[in-house]
Order: sequence, then structure tokens, then C-alpha cells
Amino acid sequence: MKRKVFQLIVDNTSGVLSRISGLFSRRGYNIESITAGVTADPKYTRITIVTSGDNDVLEQIEKQVAKLIDVRDIKVLEPSNSVYRELALIKVKAEANNRQGVISIADIFRANIIDVGPKTLIIELTGDQEKIDAFLKLLEGYEILELARTGIAGLGRGIENVTYLP
Amino acid sequence: MNGADAIIKCLEEEKVKYVFGYPGVAICPFYNSILSSDIKTVLVRTEQSAAHMASGLARTTGTVGVCAVTSGPGATNLLTGIATAFADSIPLVCITGQVNSSLLGSDVFQEADVTGAAESFVKYSYLIKNVNDIPRIMKEAFHIASTGRKGPVLIDVPIDIQNAVIKNFKYPEEVNMRTYKPTVKGNGMQLKRLVSALEKAKRPLICVGGGVALSNAESELRKFVEKSNIPVVSTMMGIGAMPTEHPLYFGMVGNNGKPYANKAIRECDTLLMVGARVADRAVNQPDFLTDHKVMIHMDVDPAEIGKNIGPTIPIVGDAKAIFEELNKEDINASEPEWLNKLYEYKKELNIKRFPDSKYVDPQEFIEYLSDKMDEDGIYVADVGQNQIWSCAYHVVKKGRFLTSGGMGTMGYSIPAALGAKLANPGKQVIAVCGDGSFQMSMCELATIKQENANVKIIVFKNGYLGMVREYQHFTYKDNYSVVELNDYPDLEALAKAYDFDYFKVTLDKELSRTDKFLASDNPGIMEVNINPMDIVKG
Repeated sequence: MKRKVFQLIVDNTSGVLSRISGLFSRRGYNIESITAGVTADPKYTRITIVTSGDNDVLEQIEKQVAKLIDVRDIKVLEPSNSVYRELALIKVKAEANNRQGVISIADIFRANIIDVGPKTLIIELTGDQEKIDAFLKLLEGYEILELARTGIAGLGRGIENVTYLP
Repeated sequence: MNGADAIIKCLEEEKVKYVFGYPGVAICPFYNSILSSDIKTVLVRTEQSAAHMASGLARTTGTVGVCAVTSGPGATNLLTGIATAFADSIPLVCITGQVNSSLLGSDVFQEADVTGAAESFVKYSYLIKNVNDIPRIMKEAFHIASTGRKGPVLIDVPIDIQNAVIKNFKYPEEVNMRTYKPTVKGNGMQLKRLVSALEKAKRPLICVGGGVALSNAESELRKFVEKSNIPVVSTMMGIGAMPTEHPLYFGMVGNNGKPYANKAIRECDTLLMVGARVADRAVNQPDFLTDHKVMIHMDVDPAEIGKNIGPTIPIVGDAKAIFEELNKEDINASEPEWLNKLYEYKKELNIKRFPDSKYVDPQEFIEYLSDKMDEDGIYVADVGQNQIWSCAYHVVKKGRFLTSGGMGTMGYSIPAALGAKLANPGKQVIAVCGDGSFQMSMCELATIKQENANVKIIVFKNGYLGMVREYQHFTYKDNYSVVELNDYPDLEALAKAYDFDYFKVTLDKELSRTDKFLASDNPGIMEVNINPMDIVKG
């Protein structure tokens, strides 16, 4: 099983996201995460999908997605040549006696404390998936009450990796 | 001009001659507008048949078939027909009425989310939300349905959109779809590799699928085959791409195919697959094909290549365009030894049948029928044992062989035959079904009369769902479950009720009754009594 990040540029039509997620579910492909948002040109949406499978499956995923009428462009974001970022919001149980410990871990990771309550902290952390996983591991000694992760967004590096839109 | 008028105008621009369908409140504006058009309407008896009729028309004319039904149950009844067309890549534009757009999602009377329901078996679907989008959407729908890998496109039109006023109607001359540009011409480099692989081959073979007929590439294929002297086998959907009795054609492959065709596919060293999906019924061990073989896969849909089989040489493009290109060169792949071997296999390897003299032997019957049919007649096979026998024994000369290969939809033959007949009034059209599949579509006998179409229907009557019975015979040791049909309906009385001719053959020596059945100007039913315990596997 290999992990792959696909970047799709799709027509911003109604139902496009359900067409793509429907394709994944009915053909039995994995979705580890999927994010979507409008591009600089509002006609298009950029979708980043993290998926996994063996080589044959990954090749089929690419072809089947490319076949969808709404899909303008699909490419693989290779780790060596791309940047990925994910946002995580983490609500940790923290009272006066252990609040400082959580704050110092957050500082090391350059995370922001965006809400402080009498019994909780909400931390905002941006990074690739590994960074977020590592941060969550360090919080194991504390009680995580709620966790919201966005899934990754990604872009290819440099001028060579720009998908020009018509 | 309202939205419904605009849709009709678009259909006229696309030179649509027939719309098959069933009205209901949500599609009534459409059916009201069509009255002032020359487009003919065919009222079917159940919506599924509308899609099959459109399919029969599409397959025999190379144009897009059109059907139009109402919302809710009308639309859901249509689904099996759409799925059948999708599985065989048949170009359809299916228009469904929908409830008022302001009520969408509120579960009102006859509301069904048909675009959602059909999502996995349409090539594309539209839910029209703005009346001014109609010309663009109609243009795109016909373009998508009929180009690249063909298939059904669904257009769901809320009733208020059909009634809304459209300003400045203009049918676009060109499609401008940023995201949809199928590859037609084969890559030059890959074509060179194909030619050199075939020339190097000691035992080359071509396996053709439904893609050949869909791209209208029959004559280009035959020219290529005759020039290069490469033998050909076919999948079920590829039947008719080569005339059955062509010296270089060696029958249908697959678990219901000719043993010598399967032998050819096993023993060839270079295999060119053309417009075939390599699905389980044709090739049950795809890996076997790629071992020790050069495998060349030609398909207009890049996603088919490598889906079930990993080819050595992939070629994406349209079969007609590619064979035209290939025919510019001389390919000499003639290997008399290999051909002679195949002729030997063809002589030696045949399914041995044990006909029971108390009944009509389906093989005898179909061979007789083929012999008596017009050379360019259209033979529509249904699904079941009758289909396998039709595939095995019908001899295609200059006509067409239609069947539901991918989905295996029972009841396909009668409506598809009617669609084919209306589109080809000068041609003989025959539907061949079993008593199970006949009963799934027998309501359309009324439609055949209503259209005054001379469709001939042959019913192999054995009182069983024969194909499943045969499966239970082998797999469940004759524990028959829910496969026995009783003797009803009385086909003679039924024929009378619908004012059809009626003929019956119970023994092989009565086969000549077929002549009169075929010659009559009235549509007819021919009942053929066959052995209920007969099997296709031999």
C-alpha cells in the first residue's frame, strides 16, 4: 500500500464533490482526507485527496477521476516536490495546575492558543500530517476533549508546477 | 418560447426523429411543446422500455437515442434502462421531468432524486436550474453522449423551468467544454509499436468488443484483418463486427463462448484487444492473458486500459480512426501454420449437443432462422439460455446482432427491436427471447401495434428461467429454487389479444413454418417449444 496525494482542478459545478466522493466509495478506493476550496478563478475548485492503494489501484484512481466530465486536471503531488499543510484545532482539558505544560508544548510546535476557558484550551496548529501527529502524541498525557482536523491542502513547488487555467 | 419549447428546438437541431417515453404531470410541458414539432413520439407501456427502445435506435443508426419520462416513479422506472445503456456504452439522452424547483428536497408528490440515484451509471447528469442554460446543456449532453466512450446522459428538468420564458434562444454551434476532450487519434509511437509487435508475432490474434460497432469501424477492421491475415475472435458485444462465416473469424470467447475461440486466445502469442473491457464473462483469468504474451489494448476510454488486465502496449483512441491509420501501411503478419491450427481446432472443438427429438433443438432452429433471415436483418437477442444459443448459432451476414451484454437485462429484446425497427423500417427485425424475458416486456406488444411496426418475436418456451435453472443444476445439484414458470401465458391467446400473427413449432420437422412467420406483413409471435432440461454448456 502506497500513499498518494492527488490535486484536482474541477469545474465549480453543483454536485461535483459528491461525484468525486461517490466514485471513490463505489469503486472501493480509500479516502484518507479530502479538502476542497475555490481557486483564484472562481470557475474552478481545487480538491486535494489523500488516498492509498497498490500501484494498480492508484493508477485506476487517477484514470477514473480524470474520466469524470467535471475534472479539468489531476496530478500527483509528490512529497519531494510539493508542500502540504493541514490545520488542526485541539480542545484540551487544562486547569490552573497543568495549563502551563500544555502551553509549553504548543510553543515548541509554534501552535497558537486561540481560546482559554476555566477548564479548557483550544490550540490551533498548522503543519503537515506528521507534525500534527507528533504534536498529538505529545499531548497523550493530557485529556483531548475534541479534535478537528481539516485534511491536507497542497501545492506543487516552483514555477514548473503551476496548473494554468484557461 | 418557454423551456419546454427550447428543449424541443434543441432536439430538432440534433435531428432527433423519435422520442420514447411516458408522460406525467412533471413532463407535461415538454409533451405539450412536442405536439408542434415533427419529432415523433412513442408512448411506451413502462418507462424502462423507453430507454431500451432508444438504445435499439441508437445502436442501429449510430445516433443518440432520446427518451423522456416524468418525475418520481417514471424516472426510477427508467433507471434499469439507463444502467443497461451505460454498461454497453450506448449513447442516450434521457430527459426526466422534475417537481417545481422551489420544492426540490421537500419530498413532495412524485419527487425522486434521480440525478443522485443514477449517478453511478450515467456518463453525466444535469439538473437544470436556470431556463437560459437549456441550449448549452442540451448541446453538451448530445456531445458527451456521442463522443469518446459513448453513454447515457441524464437531464432532469423541473416543471417550472420547462414553463419559464427563455429569452434569446440560440442553439450553440460548438461545444465549449473545458474539461472534456476525448482522445480520438492513436498515439503515433504506440501505433508503430503495435505494428512491429504484430509483425514479430508467430501467433497473432485480434479480439474485438462492442467498441468496434460503437465507433462504426467494421469495414476498417475487416480491411485490416484481410490485409494482415490475422485471425479474429470476439466478445459477446463484438458479435457482428466480423461476418460470422468470414474465414478469419473464430467465434465468441468466454465461459459461454466457442471452445476453439478460447483455445485461440490461450495459445496466441500476441493479442490485440479492440474496444473490449476484458470483463469476467469474456476473460475469467485476465492474468493468464498477460503471461508469456504481448498484450495490446486499444480503447477510447483510457480507464479501461489496465483496469482488468495490464497490457504491454496501451493505445488510447477511436477504433475507426486507428484502423484507418493502420490501413495506410502494409502489415504482413500472415502465419499459415497458426491459421491452419485454428482451422483444425474449429473442426475438432465444438460443444456436443444432445438434442431431444421430442422438442425443437434451439441450435437447429436458430441456424434455420439465420438462413431464412434477410442478409441485413437485425437480430435482437434477449438474456438467458436463448442469448447464449443466439450468440453461438446465429450467423451474422450484413446485419446487426444486438443484445444486453454488460448488464444482462432481461426484457431488452422486444423494446430494443421496436426501436431498431422504427429507425430502420425497411429492415427485418427479430427479437429472440425466452418465456421469462418475454414476460418482462410483453406489455410492449401494444406499443408494437400502436406503431404499426412489423417486429417478429420468437419465444423459446421451456417453462423455466433456463439459465438460472442450469446454474442450479450444476451448482446446487438440481435443487431448483424459484425458477419454474407455469405454462402461462397462452401465447396463442395473447397473440390474438394483441392482433399478432401466431406460429408454433414443437418439432424440428416443423421449422419451415418460420418462413410464413417471417414473410407476413403483420407482427408475429412464434412459440418454439424446447426441452426444459436443455443446457447451454453441453
